[in-house]
Amino acid sequence: MSFDPTESEPDLHVPVEPRGRAVRIGIGGPVGSGKTALVAALARALGERLRLAVVTNDIYTTEDADFLRRSAVLAPERVEAVQTGCCPHTAIRDDITANLDAIELLEERFGDLDLVLVESGGDNLTAVFSRGLVDRQIFVVDVAGGDKVPRKGGPGVTTADLLVINKIDLAPLVGADLDVMTADAHRMRGELPVIAQSLVADPAATAVAEWVLAQVAAVRALV
Amino acid sequence: MPSLAALTLADARFPGGGHVHSGGLEEAVARGLVTGTADLAPFLLGRLRTAGLTAAAFAAAAAVPDAPFGLLDAELDARTPAVAQREASRAQGRAALRAARVAWPSPVLDVLVAVHPRPHHPLLVGAVVGLSGGPPAEAAHCAAYLSVSGPASAAVRLLGLDPFAVNAAVVALGPVLDAVVAEATVPRRPERLPAPGAPVLDLMAQAHVHHHREQVRLFVS
Repeated sequence: MSFDPTESEPDLHVPVEPRGRAVRIGIGGPVGSGKTALVAALARALGERLRLAVVTNDIYTTEDADFLRRSAVLAPERVEAVQTGCCPHTAIRDDITANLDAIELLEERFGDLDLVLVESGGDNLTAVFSRGLVDRQIFVVDVAGGDKVPRKGGPGVTTADLLVINKIDLAPLVGADLDVMTADAHRMRGELPVIAQSLVADPAATAVAEWVLAQVAAVRALV
Repeated sequence: MPSLAALTLADARFPGGGHVHSGGLEEAVARGLVTGTADLAPFLLGRLRTAGLTAAAFAAAAAVPDAPFGLLDAELDARTPAVAQREASRAQGRAALRAARVAWPSPVLDVLVAVHPRPHHPLLVGAVVGLSGGPPAEAAHCAAYLSVSGPASAAVRLLGLDPFAVNAAVVALGPVLDAVVAEATVPRRPERLPAPGAPVLDLMAQAHVHHHREQVRLFVS
């Protein structure tokens, strides 16, 4: 099975009549903050309860798709990768067509999806998803990236629907002050939620998975 | 004065999916054929006089009222021997269609989509300029310019070239661009439209897709 989005062969899956648009949740954040690991954890945690598919925007295109395939959390045909022409933020914010095409391909293929997770390529703190692409967005930072990151702000930290502070098990090892990070995060974000987690301690990303389920229900209720 | 439609379509900020296509430039860079601004210029010149002329001629032909989209679609397919390039053209046409549907809703787009749900990019450009009241030459100008502006931008991103020098290299193509537009807008029946060949671009487009499966390509084409 190839994840190659440039495949010119016809899609072998028989198109299914869509039963309604899947809820779309974007997952963004800096390089190495654990976006793909979070997607894999969510797929494991929610795969039984939701009909799920993933679009990845990794700079190296198939890296994340291959990771998800190897970790066997999702059937290969439930993962689509898009190429972003060296501009991961453009593909999720200014010109979202490649991602919309990938989502629609998945929706045509399965017809009954509840949730599509769109994982951005690793980017900087100014990257944010277009509201034309996703219904909700999660911004992922990690303690190893420096405990000053939440204080620096930027639209991802300040406006994302959920901020995840990842890899908290590493905090003592990298000299990061978790209390400072979460306090800064809450100060920058007002009422918006913050979840600090370690996928080593909790491979199922329980708190984030619960938040995702609540968002799926909330977005569905609006339609 | 150019129509707002032509300016919008040619704008790098137009959300029509163009930023993920390099027009063969990425493959040329991967093969060491383009390494800097000096060898980017002849690459762009060759692309403008071949792929650019074909795109311009079909955009112009699609900009007239009641353009024969079905025939133009088939004729453009026939002039695009590499399946990777036909795919890239239709991918860009489909992407730009999404934006065009919102900005320029028109029954002309329904007619175009009835021919093929993923229209060739030059036909979409011509249809939008035409339905906005722009003359065929404007559609040709837009398509010809896009045939080099995308690869030039990709070169800046892939090679870290001086953006001022690359921009100047595009602007220096002005006289050739004018000549391409003049050639593209000579009234002809669809089957008599220009059909310049660019075998190296064809082969590199195929190689790009092939290599993506083993190495990494950051652009779709």
